[in-house]
Amino acid sequence: MADLSTNFIGIKSPNPFWLASAPPTDKAYNVERAFEAGWGGVVWKTLGEAGPPVVNVNGPRYGAIWGPDRRLLGLNNIELITDRDLEVNLREIAEVKRRWPDRAMVVSIMVPCEEQSWKAILPRVEDTGADGIELNFGCPHGMSERGMGAAVGQVPEYIQMVAEWCKHYSKMPVIVKLTPNITDIRYPARAAKAGGADAVSLINTISSIVSVDLDNFAPVPTIDGKGSHGGYCGPAVKPIALNMVAEIARDAETRGLPISGIGGVQTWRDAAEFIALGCGTVQVCTAAMTYGFKIVQEMAAGLSDWMDEKGYETIADFQGRAVPNVTDWQYLNLNYITKARIDQDLCIKCGRCHIACEDTSHQAITAMVDGVRHFEVMDDECVGCNLCVNVCPVDDCITMVEMTEGSDPRTGRPIDPRYANWTTHPNNPMAKQAAE
Amino acid sequence: MTVTETRDVRPNRLSDAAYADNFSDIHPPLTPHKALVEADRCYFCYDAPCMTACPTSIDIPMFIRKIQAGNAVGAAKTIFEQNILGGMCARVCPTETLCEEVCVREIAEGKPVKIGLLQRHATDTYMEREQPHPFTRAAPTGKKIAVIGAGPAGLSCAHKLASLGHDVTIYEAREKAGGLNEYGIAAYKTTNDFAQDEVSFILEIGGISIETGKALGRDVTLDQLAADFDAVFLGVGLPGVNALGLKGETAAGVIDAVDFIGVLRQAEDLSLLEVGRRIVVLGGGMTAIDAAIQSKLLGAEEVTIAYRRGQEHMNASLYEQELAQTHGVVIRHWLAPVSLHVSEGAVSAITLEKTRLDNTGKLAGTGELVTLEADQVFKAIGQTPDAGPLAGSVELEKGRIRVSDDRRTSHPKIWAGGDCVAGGEDLTVVSVEDGKIAAQSIHKALMA
Repeated sequence: MADLSTNFIGIKSPNPFWLASAPPTDKAYNVERAFEAGWGGVVWKTLGEAGPPVVNVNGPRYGAIWGPDRRLLGLNNIELITDRDLEVNLREIAEVKRRWPDRAMVVSIMVPCEEQSWKAILPRVEDTGADGIELNFGCPHGMSERGMGAAVGQVPEYIQMVAEWCKHYSKMPVIVKLTPNITDIRYPARAAKAGGADAVSLINTISSIVSVDLDNFAPVPTIDGKGSHGGYCGPAVKPIALNMVAEIARDAETRGLPISGIGGVQTWRDAAEFIALGCGTVQVCTAAMTYGFKIVQEMAAGLSDWMDEKGYETIADFQGRAVPNVTDWQYLNLNYITKARIDQDLCIKCGRCHIACEDTSHQAITAMVDGVRHFEVMDDECVGCNLCVNVCPVDDCITMVEMTEGSDPRTGRPIDPRYANWTTHPNNPMAKQAAE
Repeated sequence: MTVTETRDVRPNRLSDAAYADNFSDIHPPLTPHKALVEADRCYFCYDAPCMTACPTSIDIPMFIRKIQAGNAVGAAKTIFEQNILGGMCARVCPTETLCEEVCVREIAEGKPVKIGLLQRHATDTYMEREQPHPFTRAAPTGKKIAVIGAGPAGLSCAHKLASLGHDVTIYEAREKAGGLNEYGIAAYKTTNDFAQDEVSFILEIGGISIETGKALGRDVTLDQLAADFDAVFLGVGLPGVNALGLKGETAAGVIDAVDFIGVLRQAEDLSLLEVGRRIVVLGGGMTAIDAAIQSKLLGAEEVTIAYRRGQEHMNASLYEQELAQTHGVVIRHWLAPVSLHVSEGAVSAITLEKTRLDNTGKLAGTGELVTLEADQVFKAIGQTPDAGPLAGSVELEKGRIRVSDDRRTSHPKIWAGGDCVAGGEDLTVVSVEDGKIAAQSIHKALMA
């Protein structure tokens, strides 16, 4: 059986599934239940300064988008950091860590961007016995208006500065949680590394308005007729998260920087994908908030079963394996030719491939052959775009098949087995002379 | 008395609650949540097979997408554009042999999208919200058209003609409009007086008047109508029923199934309806199924459908056959009636002969006889046209009216549609389409 245990910047956990800093990790009650269910670790919901805690709205805090059968695809929230007293949180963190020594206990922190504030809170957190801290530079709503959260994460210099303070005033491992609400994720990641951070975690939520109430013309969730943008998370954000993780994993300056992956992890497969792109652990929130803590059992078992099937004994065996295969468009092989193939036995004749291709792409799929409803790819028109595969409702009914010999019926050009990319393509005015 | 001992026909076999339960909606409407879940299953197919299979060509993917997008009222408009009786068709269409049979999800997983129930959700939502009528009339044309028969074909034709600006008078022989929707469909398929609600809805277009109690041949004649109006549409259905041709057919307890169904539909109090303890229904179509199930639901203990051919020859769909069987009806094939046993003026049993197909493929008796005790025998062996009032005016084909593709008869001012025309399928939805096509053809002819 595969060994799921992880050692992430010195923080050990029995599996790579951590609960992200969020409502599920706001209290001992929840965290105890999470550990009982099998979660490998938690990042305790973000602590603020000592003194009167922040207050939340008393109206709705969440908005959502749904797929078929009201499956929750994206969740948006306007909740702030913990609204419980700092002392209560610190006491509970210490108690829970003492009861669950084998689980990762990371504490999320967000205090004003002043050295004194960080200097004050760090020893208090360290005293709890927590395994590490995560700097919340990500929340895009509410706290950012007060110069914290994403307001810090959007300025690489601030990230570096605060990371340096934390390394200076604490011996705990430091994870910097990055906001996706920037143009290029590599800059904040580089700043975190420059500041001495041990790792980054990403992504935090994406600034969003999930919908507009068309009766009162206000954003959802609506608080007394008004709404403000929230932070978007859940399965819908996973593609954005994977890309940002990959950007950091393959950047020359940050390559090798430990990453805790966050964003839309719902199943073991999502987790495996984050790990394949270099993550050491994954953090989960929306899936737990949708289904409860028990889902970690599917995640852990699924990951273990898949690793057994593939012969991976430890997480490290496949961690980062996909990173070398993430490249720039310009290096993709332009001599790689594929054509769509429709399996007529599996085809249920819905015609979606045809109409998608006919109306919006390359007119490469028939609808009627000899007076009979029949969907078939015309190789002389098919550019291999894969749209039909994506709109087909049947698994594996349409597949992309590589052409390895003969010539491409669309272009008439012989299949060239050699790799050739845009950098040497004759149509590229910037093309380098192809190496002979 | 021996008769009362052997023959047991009486009302009030069940509790009031059982009557109410038995005759409630057999396929309850989808709740809004269920409708959304079901609508999500539709793939919005290109050139959708369901749409092709619908005799009225309803844009099914579009109406389902509208439901999915929270616009059930708009979905109903899409339905009504093609089929103004979309509400009744949602209840009575044999969807399992039409749209749902060809649904790609039937092919994919053996579970078609529940198109009929979704159509009902949309049309019910529309009618319950008391929306304004979905169509407005074109400018008046000054043309007057007579429609004979206020069944599905006549109502569909009248509505289309009225919307095109013509004035329509419908002559209906019975007391109420609706035709088989009112008198012929099983009670549990159209509860709460839906047929009359739908007639009211159709009349909202304006320009249609209905004269009930006016029968063709008795109160009005075809030639006179053809002379008085600019055009005539015949949607007279099949008023007669086939006879067994057996001795004893007039005995008490030998009943036309269509009459039984009609009486049941009009009954104010089902507990007052008499039903036998042992019933034999003769026939293999929907009428046989409806009569059998409803007699069972009225409290009959043993109900047998006897059909002279095999299961594969039955006009009732497999789904409807199974529905009968799950209600406890026994279906026996290859049995043809031979004689009725009559005692003191009432039927007591029926003898049937086993049948088979001979070498030439013709139905033949085997000589083996079976006698089934029966307090009532329902005849559901086919309905027949009444050529009488039509004679001489329009050409017939095997007793039914011959029509062209655009539902014109041989008479230049007379069109026809529904069950009374030759070559039809005797389905509500086909009648609706006939009426629609005829109306378009009439419009074209009158405005030429």
